[in-house]
Amino acid sequence: MFTPVFSCYRTVQFSYEGESIVGIAEFFQHLMNGLTLGGIYALIALGYTMVYGILKFINFAHGDVLMVGAYVGLFLFDLLRGSSPLGLWTIIAFFIAMLISMAFSAVLGVFIERVAYKPLRRATRLAPLLSAIGVSFILSNSAAWMFGTHSRKFNYPFDNTPVHLGDVVITPHQILILVVSLVMMIILKLFVDRTRMGKAMRATSLDQGTAMLMGINVNRVISMTFAIGSALAAVGGILIALDFKVYATMGTMTGLKAFVAAVVGGIGNISGAMFGGILLGLLETFGVAIFGIPTGLKDTIAFGVLIIILLVKPEGLFGKVEKEKV
Amino acid sequence: MFNFFLLILIYAGIYALMALGQNIITGYGGMLSLTQAGFFAIGSYATAILATRFGWSFWATLPVAALLSAFFGLLIGLPTLRLKGDYLAIATLGFGEIVRNVLNNWDSLTNGPMGIQRIPMPDLFGFTINPYKKYAFLFMLVITVLIAYLLFQRLARSRMGRALTAVREDEIAAQSMGINITKYKVYAFILGASVAGIAGSFQAVFTLSVTPGTYTFMVSIMVLCMVVLGGMGNFKASILGAFIIQLISYLPQLTGLSSVIPPQFKQILFGLILVVMMIWRPQGLLGRESNRYGKKAAKSKGGAE
Repeated sequence: MFTPVFSCYRTVQFSYEGESIVGIAEFFQHLMNGLTLGGIYALIALGYTMVYGILKFINFAHGDVLMVGAYVGLFLFDLLRGSSPLGLWTIIAFFIAMLISMAFSAVLGVFIERVAYKPLRRATRLAPLLSAIGVSFILSNSAAWMFGTHSRKFNYPFDNTPVHLGDVVITPHQILILVVSLVMMIILKLFVDRTRMGKAMRATSLDQGTAMLMGINVNRVISMTFAIGSALAAVGGILIALDFKVYATMGTMTGLKAFVAAVVGGIGNISGAMFGGILLGLLETFGVAIFGIPTGLKDTIAFGVLIIILLVKPEGLFGKVEKEKV
Repeated sequence: MFNFFLLILIYAGIYALMALGQNIITGYGGMLSLTQAGFFAIGSYATAILATRFGWSFWATLPVAALLSAFFGLLIGLPTLRLKGDYLAIATLGFGEIVRNVLNNWDSLTNGPMGIQRIPMPDLFGFTINPYKKYAFLFMLVITVLIAYLLFQRLARSRMGRALTAVREDEIAAQSMGINITKYKVYAFILGASVAGIAGSFQAVFTLSVTPGTYTFMVSIMVLCMVVLGGMGNFKASILGAFIIQLISYLPQLTGLSSVIPPQFKQILFGLILVVMMIWRPQGLLGRESNRYGKKAAKSKGGAE
């Protein structure tokens, strides 16, 4: 059966139990926690937003690709590490595991697209959505069947003793999240803005028909989109797994929040997704820490944000207003 | 064994109510809602709390459950239904999780993860309908499903059903024909929600206890599967789908292979059903029910409007 999603989302590292009066140090502490959480959301949100930009549909299975990526990363890391003590090799092993997991997830994403979404490209709007929900269910339950419903610990590849910078406590893991997500986003941004393939992707998202007429292989662009999005999801999955463990339904809630982040930034807009992710991470952290929202209801913050954005500015903060054509 | 079959029929009946609601939302309105479990939970808890705390009879809690679900349907529907369909799926999914989250955390009202036990059995004309003796309960449920089916069937042929069909096929065209699309979408959503609330009431008095763990996302997916498998836009098919899906989910126990078949078997199968049906038979087993006006309808239904 479904493992309860919420019980697994205790604030382990990201929240800091402090006094209610907010000092400067505490503010920076929460800022740091929010930024790291937001960085992960942003990585995952990119996959939603890129697929939506091109195919105009929500890839419900994205969160479960994240989960598969985390499992692959976990198994590979444990395999590569063996029993060696923490050190340079474990860090190298971690990154090798991450790269292979990215490749695996990319292939999985492309495979899912070919099998479950491509035949439905000309069907009604509802069809690919339903198919995606089906894929999501197959993935999460297959994982629960194969790997069990218990959650597994993803061991830190380094000594995760917090570093004190004045009153602010930063864990090496948080630094890892910030560095990796920043590097990934810069690479993606350069790829989309500067390369031929990136140009083709932008053209396809603007107008698929015209892009096709201009000699762009749209199928290849779509496959590429799924590959990149899934690879980024794998990174997000591994980064979040270091704190929240790996389990079969880990993708559900994380994926949902990342989707909210994508909507907040304006779905289809790559920079918007990055911004939306970080904003959502900050809102969640500050919502619990400063505005006193009970930790048990932390997960509802994202949905509150979603509803408000949909009511006030449905195209998102950086999205363009889409006029429907007849 | 026969008793077990009755149990499956009862669950099929409870889920058929939800499937009818899902069908009017998804099959007729073309909106993908993923929160039947949320409304189901609201209905169950309404009955459970009113019956245990205030001593209301089951029949008095039924309309409250329906109205409360409808109210939450309105609450979630109004902001999201004005937008493109995809957002609705996420917003409703989120709503379902919020409901469970709140039920788990609001200890003073819902008793948290422990749930509420010892819900009184329903009475009917002085008889106590004991859920352990399944016949009477099944009979009560069959009548309810039948009433719901007839109501929805009439509704689908009314002005509202035609408006919804138009909205599903082409929102802009429907709007330019003077149909208030938000209004009809919200109506459909409220109807679907309230019938799920009623299903929740029956669930509460059948199991005689409610816990938040019952109302997972899995329930919403099962209901969706029922509608998709049977055929979207066909109420008979939804009931058939409910029966087939319940049969599938109890297949390991029915065949006595529950030790061999992994517990995730049915969920994986539901996922496969969704994908396979969409690719090879998007109209479902029975297909969409065509609106037969005029003579044929008059003959088969024994009376024209």
